[in-house]
Amino acid sequence: MKNNFDRMLSSEDVMRRRASFLQRIHIDGPLLIILLTLAAGSLFVLYSASGKNWDLLLKQASSFGLGLASMFVIAQLEPRFMARWVPLAYLVGVLLLVVVDVMGHNAMGATRWINIPGVIRFQPSEFMKIIMPATIAWYLAKRTLPPHLKHVMISLVLIGVPFILIVRQPDLGTALLILASGAFVLFMGGLRWRWILSVVAAAVPVAVAMWFFVMHDYQKQRVLTFLDPESDPLGTGWNIIQSKAAIGSGGVFGKGWLLGTQSHLDFLPESHTDFIIAVLGEEFGLVGICALLLIYLLLIGRGLMITAQAQTLFGKLLAGSLTMTFFVYVFVNIGMVSGLLPVVGVPLPFISYGGTSLVTLLSAFGVLMSIHTHRKWIAQV
Amino acid sequence: MSQPIRLKDHEKDARLVRNRVVVGASAVMLLVCVLIARLYYLQVIQYDYHSTLSENNRVHVQPIPPTRGLIFDRNGVIIADNRPSFSLSMTRERAGDWQQVLDAIVEVLELTEDDRALFEKRMRQGRRPFEPVPILFELTEEQIARVAVNQFRLPGVEVVAQLVRHYPQGAHFAHSVGYVGRINEKELKTLDPVNYSGTHHIGKTGIERFYEPQLHGQVGYEEVETNARGRVLRVLKRTDPKPGQDIVLSLDIKLQEAAEAALAGRRGAIVALDPRTGEVLAMVSQPSFDPNLFVTGISFKAYAELRDSIDRPLFNRVLRGLYPPGSTIKPAVAIAGLDSGVVMAASRVFDPGYYQLPNYDHKYRNWNRSGDGWVDLDTAIMRSNDTYFYDLAHKMGIDRLASYLNRFGIGRRVSLDMFEESAGLMPSREWKRATRRQAWFPGETLILGIGQGYMQATPLQLAQATALIANKGKWNRPHLAKTIEGQPPVDDDPMPDIVLRDKSDWAKVTHGMEQVMHNARGTARKASIGAQYRIAGKSGTAQVVAIKQGEKYDRNKLQERHRDHALFVGFAPADDPRIVVSVMVENGESGSGVAAPVVRQVMDAWLLDEQGHLKAEYAPATVAQETAP
Repeated sequence: MKNNFDRMLSSEDVMRRRASFLQRIHIDGPLLIILLTLAAGSLFVLYSASGKNWDLLLKQASSFGLGLASMFVIAQLEPRFMARWVPLAYLVGVLLLVVVDVMGHNAMGATRWINIPGVIRFQPSEFMKIIMPATIAWYLAKRTLPPHLKHVMISLVLIGVPFILIVRQPDLGTALLILASGAFVLFMGGLRWRWILSVVAAAVPVAVAMWFFVMHDYQKQRVLTFLDPESDPLGTGWNIIQSKAAIGSGGVFGKGWLLGTQSHLDFLPESHTDFIIAVLGEEFGLVGICALLLIYLLLIGRGLMITAQAQTLFGKLLAGSLTMTFFVYVFVNIGMVSGLLPVVGVPLPFISYGGTSLVTLLSAFGVLMSIHTHRKWIAQV
Repeated sequence: MSQPIRLKDHEKDARLVRNRVVVGASAVMLLVCVLIARLYYLQVIQYDYHSTLSENNRVHVQPIPPTRGLIFDRNGVIIADNRPSFSLSMTRERAGDWQQVLDAIVEVLELTEDDRALFEKRMRQGRRPFEPVPILFELTEEQIARVAVNQFRLPGVEVVAQLVRHYPQGAHFAHSVGYVGRINEKELKTLDPVNYSGTHHIGKTGIERFYEPQLHGQVGYEEVETNARGRVLRVLKRTDPKPGQDIVLSLDIKLQEAAEAALAGRRGAIVALDPRTGEVLAMVSQPSFDPNLFVTGISFKAYAELRDSIDRPLFNRVLRGLYPPGSTIKPAVAIAGLDSGVVMAASRVFDPGYYQLPNYDHKYRNWNRSGDGWVDLDTAIMRSNDTYFYDLAHKMGIDRLASYLNRFGIGRRVSLDMFEESAGLMPSREWKRATRRQAWFPGETLILGIGQGYMQATPLQLAQATALIANKGKWNRPHLAKTIEGQPPVDDDPMPDIVLRDKSDWAKVTHGMEQVMHNARGTARKASIGAQYRIAGKSGTAQVVAIKQGEKYDRNKLQERHRDHALFVGFAPADDPRIVVSVMVENGESGSGVAAPVVRQVMDAWLLDEQGHLKAEYAPATVAQETAP
């Protein structure tokens, strides 16, 4: 009997050893391959979008390096360990947001940064992008599912406090993404459909009433320009008109790498940051964008698979929310640039130039990897 | 615990999440399909449209500047309109090496290096590389022809017709209407970049500046498709601009000309108001200048000439000229004395020719050194008796005097819509402590009573103080705009009316002012000879240089520019005032001798018809007799 048990153990050992070097260092192979593919693609597009700017490229590459390192470190942390420290991290995050709020108001201007010169400089709102879903996941994982009304309410308060603080910065785009990441945990936790529907049903009459009875004309005008930027062609509409022309003129196969005229002749504003998909669309056409969407779908698919296979409820909820939020980034950015959605400042994940968002995104995937590679009884399928 | 103990059902939770993963995955697939459909629409269905735009060197959004609102006088005579004018503009992006193209322009049009430097400065102010920047204005026929012939050497350069402000009345309204000029870099920073994207001019002074938002209008735009040379191939979409609002002024061009004629070439200022409404009927500051010079950019030499002229034509004497009001302030001081109870209409003061404070040696002289004997309020105003007002001011004290005169508008901005009006100065204890770090001396109160000392007022403020007496304390802020797009201007900050304890005090002071004009001993009796209506008026003299104690004002010793300024204020008809006039003649010396006839001429021009008869609407109403005291 004992012998048998030993044999089982040793075969498990063998399986682990077989389970590859990558799993032992808690890295998920498929995710890593997809992420590296995106990184390479990003630099490729960025080279063209930035007007062959090597400095910019180098900076982006080093941000990738930093992000991958951060991902690797986070992947080593056990989900249980994360769950234990999440409440404290949440409190620290909210505290930092309050500090930013107070500092911003003292300095008579908006600020999003905590800045201790020479020591550290970062945005607490970026930090909240991971802490927010983790907090709600930690809270709901201990309750029965689907969540009771009381627990939903408490979750909403937990989401609401940082949301309001970030709106005040003011950074509506980030605030909405953080709201979405919290809401997705509730969704994954089986929030009842009739509650979801009744919130949507209630929002419509409230919005209509606000429009007719509360809002001033100038506020209405702002909302209208926000919803339909092309009505303001000399302001934000300018970007949309140009980005649509850039994407549209790319056709099915595109004009070819480095041959986009809209972006290279400075007609497309912010071509290497928020509007980079227009460069891709112009130079690589519908095929290029579909290829990118395919890679994104693979990434999301892997994320949802990790969600389904996660062994703890905390892991499931967190992985599901991070994956769905990632999709929101993709959808909002491409929708905005192609003129489907209002213009909010959301970068295209992994492709847009910008170190902060890269590090945050890769850290989030580090969490996914941790959830997936710290399971007990890993079976080699 | 009444609640049953719940056990976690891990299998159920996992199933729940797995269901949600399926829902989420479906939503992701659906939305990705939406994105692909959108991209398919843009890149396949609309491909021809977008690729044409892109290949023919793209879509341009061109702002269409709104037409600036027109300005009329009260009878509909045009004061400011817009005239087509040709200018040369260059688009940086299409010019290639634009520095080289500038050289070519200078060569073709035979211009100088200075012009080139100016062009370069203007080019650098251009906001977007694909927007044409106007660099030279008011092209002549010959210049247009030269550009056309040399077009092949001038890529990105075109002759553009645009509407430019024009002031057909020239110098008449330069100080009231003001002028527009090119937007400068400082203004560029504060302007709404969208609304001003097609606009090159902005109101710099006067009405043009004050009503800039109304006159400017709302920008329109068109999306146009252009070829590689920048020629517009077709307009894809157009939104019309909303033109600026028209403004009808209360100024009357005939009265304005009559008032200017009355000054007969002397330097000075005239304001005429309708006391019932606050409408400004005429506003003269002489000498004036031609506002058209400023519209397309005045040459440095011409500007230096205007700026450095000893006659100061650019100086707005009506709004910015500060003068001690002299005796013209006496009617307001008299109201203050009556209302505060320190004097009564019948109380008398003996005038030996001077006034002395108890225990002081200093003699405060009356202008009439031999003295007027016993004077009451009526006589004091009629004779402009200084001694009476020294006594009155001494009894009132500075605090009450300052408070009353403040309510008459001295020391505060009185107008509703005039740009850069000066507030003047009404001194007080606090003011002196704050600015000079000194206590207030009683002697300073005395000279305030006759409008001398620290007190300073603009001709507009004097007109308004007089209008308040004519209007029995009812405040109407003086304004130049009668209507803006049919709507009268609104006073957001109305002044409280002056309410007296005894309303008949107004009539007592007005009576004194009538005596100035019509009594045989009145100081300005000569100015009323032959008048067909009753005038209430008051003269004044504003000292330019101080005279020492015991010294006599000797005009022969003073240079012309150091002679006193002559002031006069008045209103008519005295029983039903329709016009208030305030006149300042620079170095005119005598208020009653020089300024009063100017006031009379302005009143005649307003109240009399061409045959020299009183217009019917101003004739004294027979039924209104009971209102007379």
